[in-house]
Amino acid sequence: MHKEFLMGNAAIARGAIAAGLNLVAGYPGTPSTEVLETTAKTNDSSIYVEWSVNEKAAMELGAGAAYSGARSMVTMKQVGLNVASDPLMSLAYIGVKGGMVILVADDPGPISSQTEQDTRHFASFSKLPCFDPSSVQEAYDMIQEAFEYSEKYHTPVLFRPTTRVCHGYASIEVKDKEEYKVNKPEGFIKDSSKWVIFPRLSYNAHIHIEERNAELSKVFSEYERNIITEAGDKSCRRGIATHGISYTYTMEALRGKSAPRVFKVSTPFPFPEQAAVKFLEGLDEVLCIEELDPIIERELTYICGKYHLPTKILGKLTHNVKTAGENTCATVAANIAEFMGWEKPAAIEAETPPALPVRPPVLCAGCPHRASFFAVKEAMKGKKSVFCGDIGCYTLGNAMPLDMVDTCLCMGAGVNITQGIGKIEPDTSCFAFVGDSTFFASAITGAVNAVYNQADMTLVVLDNSTTAMTGHQPHPGTGRTMMGEVVEKVSIQEVLKGVGVKTVETVNPLELSKAIDTVKRVSAEKGVKAIVFKSPCAVLIKGNKPAVINSEKCTSCKKCIKTLGCPGIVLRDGRVTIENSLCTGCGLCSQVCPFGAIGGGEDAE
Amino acid sequence: MQSNILICGVGGQGIVLTSKLIAATAMEHDIPVMSAETIGMAQKGGSVFSFLRLGDDIYCPMFPEKTADIIIGFEPAEAVRMLPYLKDGGQVVVNTHPIMPVTATLSGSDYTGNEMLDYLQRNVKNVVLVDGNKAIEEIGSPKVLNMVMLGAAVRNGVLPFSVDDIEDTMKKTVKPQFIELNSKALRYNG
Repeated sequence: MHKEFLMGNAAIARGAIAAGLNLVAGYPGTPSTEVLETTAKTNDSSIYVEWSVNEKAAMELGAGAAYSGARSMVTMKQVGLNVASDPLMSLAYIGVKGGMVILVADDPGPISSQTEQDTRHFASFSKLPCFDPSSVQEAYDMIQEAFEYSEKYHTPVLFRPTTRVCHGYASIEVKDKEEYKVNKPEGFIKDSSKWVIFPRLSYNAHIHIEERNAELSKVFSEYERNIITEAGDKSCRRGIATHGISYTYTMEALRGKSAPRVFKVSTPFPFPEQAAVKFLEGLDEVLCIEELDPIIERELTYICGKYHLPTKILGKLTHNVKTAGENTCATVAANIAEFMGWEKPAAIEAETPPALPVRPPVLCAGCPHRASFFAVKEAMKGKKSVFCGDIGCYTLGNAMPLDMVDTCLCMGAGVNITQGIGKIEPDTSCFAFVGDSTFFASAITGAVNAVYNQADMTLVVLDNSTTAMTGHQPHPGTGRTMMGEVVEKVSIQEVLKGVGVKTVETVNPLELSKAIDTVKRVSAEKGVKAIVFKSPCAVLIKGNKPAVINSEKCTSCKKCIKTLGCPGIVLRDGRVTIENSLCTGCGLCSQVCPFGAIGGGEDAE
Repeated sequence: MQSNILICGVGGQGIVLTSKLIAATAMEHDIPVMSAETIGMAQKGGSVFSFLRLGDDIYCPMFPEKTADIIIGFEPAEAVRMLPYLKDGGQVVVNTHPIMPVTATLSGSDYTGNEMLDYLQRNVKNVVLVDGNKAIEEIGSPKVLNMVMLGAAVRNGVLPFSVDDIEDTMKKTVKPQFIELNSKALRYNG
């Protein structure tokens, strides 16, 4: 063993590698992305690593590997599990041979997600065991145990950290390479009574799953990570039940206190019932401190009913803990103080600070998406139009002054939302904006649907040749894989033509007048037509020299600022100024300036 | 002993790297360390912070309000934003150079940074002002602002390390051709 300073997600990856991981697949999504990336970085090529086209593909790949005796892991964020839920539900009935861990990172807040859904619900819904780590060290240790349980019980297991565990760093004890487990997969052994799902198999599997989960509830009651910390003060008849990062906030709040009793639930499913009964013994009231949904609270309420216990269970359902958003050290300390009747932490008395500048995320300086949105906006000026967005950096196109995203729902949804709006509002020009990675992940079937069902819409693919939002992962359009191979790219244009889109035009959005003309011409056609705006992500390229403002020509009309909202153009002392540290010399502003006052942007040396 | 350190500023200022360097120095001295930071907004001009905790018996990387021993603010308004975390008698080290948000540019807001610095000086006993712009001009690279800020913070004695300790770790992490520049920035005391 030795010490290393690791991010939670890196610790999870390193733990999986130490457990003899053979294959990992996933789709990028905050806060899960670094698990797969760390595996790829630390890989000596003995592990197969893949960014799959979407979570469903990853889940199926992981299942196939685990059928063959491999230890496999699939990684995704919580909404990714919605995409992968079809294989997940059936796989729970089929089971696995090699250990399979399904890593799903939840995002209380939410900080960078569409929903505050709780994967612990998915665990009970799919009847799969679930592990919920509370710290970086625990995540490292627990993922290794998760593989052992998975293999022992021939079932995939869910491993569910939340953002603060995923993205927290800590100096932790990790294994030396010599201590790693080595797993040599036996290979796939044919047995259609085992691997082919049929109603009869499902019926028998259902019986088995319920028996197994009853057993696991007992096993988990003895699991060393489902901890009951006794109160020093034996007269205290109160308790706190908690989990994950909230457990650490609880322990911080109880520093130096001799009460109450604390129950940390590390396996929310199957719920450690016997351990819970032991925890509840002699308690009058229990406060459940959870993030997302009141899972522990409902379980404890159920157990109190089942065992006729008089304990009153408090939490989100009783409005003693807030129902939405993240917990923090402060909210947990306040919840506990109120519950225990302790003096509340004093409110901070301070002079009200001056109005603080707001810094919402914006498209980067030089981002080609800004040009694409602006081109469509200019082309459609004065025409009735709707602009449906999708998931990615380009969702930020909703911000002023662009204001070019009217809807955003979930991965790939924009295409058929556009189709739906068009069916009801035939006199509106309908546009669907979708990024290249999202296109491959889940917009292709939408495009087939729109074409075949006679939609009238323009599909705009914003192709910056990377998965930018999550940190530049490769996808089928990039020609790179996570194993370091250079492979033939899948062409977005050919895919679109292949599914029946007659007009597919490609244009560089930074050539503004050409881009505007293309939008005008293509959008006027009937049926489904596509424009691919192709220009690389500004973060990945060596930019040009910054723009230069000719102060004699500049009238400070601020059109560049008011129409583009680029962070590379700022006002200083009333004058329009280029922020040289940000400007990539993309040239968009010089094409917008009515006075020809912006130059520069030549190729840098 | 525990130290709670809060580093804050705007994406692109090198805050996360600074946090990593302190953590690596703690590792060198066998001091347990945890940290937590904003992820993913670095390129997008958002507020960025990093919580760092050094010492034994730490459960989580975040710490409650009124418990930071020091706030290292790379931008005046960001230091004010995080000020509720400073403990009574805590130290603030702040860069005096403001960064305009895009929204201010759009709305023509008159944020100058000075109102923030005045507020800090009125409300905090121990404030060190660092003219970050002057520093990077004199040193000759905008990339070393984080080292200038870290050097100023360390010299203040709140962190359990000396400038030499930080420099030793820095030498192990940056490319050889940048060591001299970074050393100069760490020791800049303008």
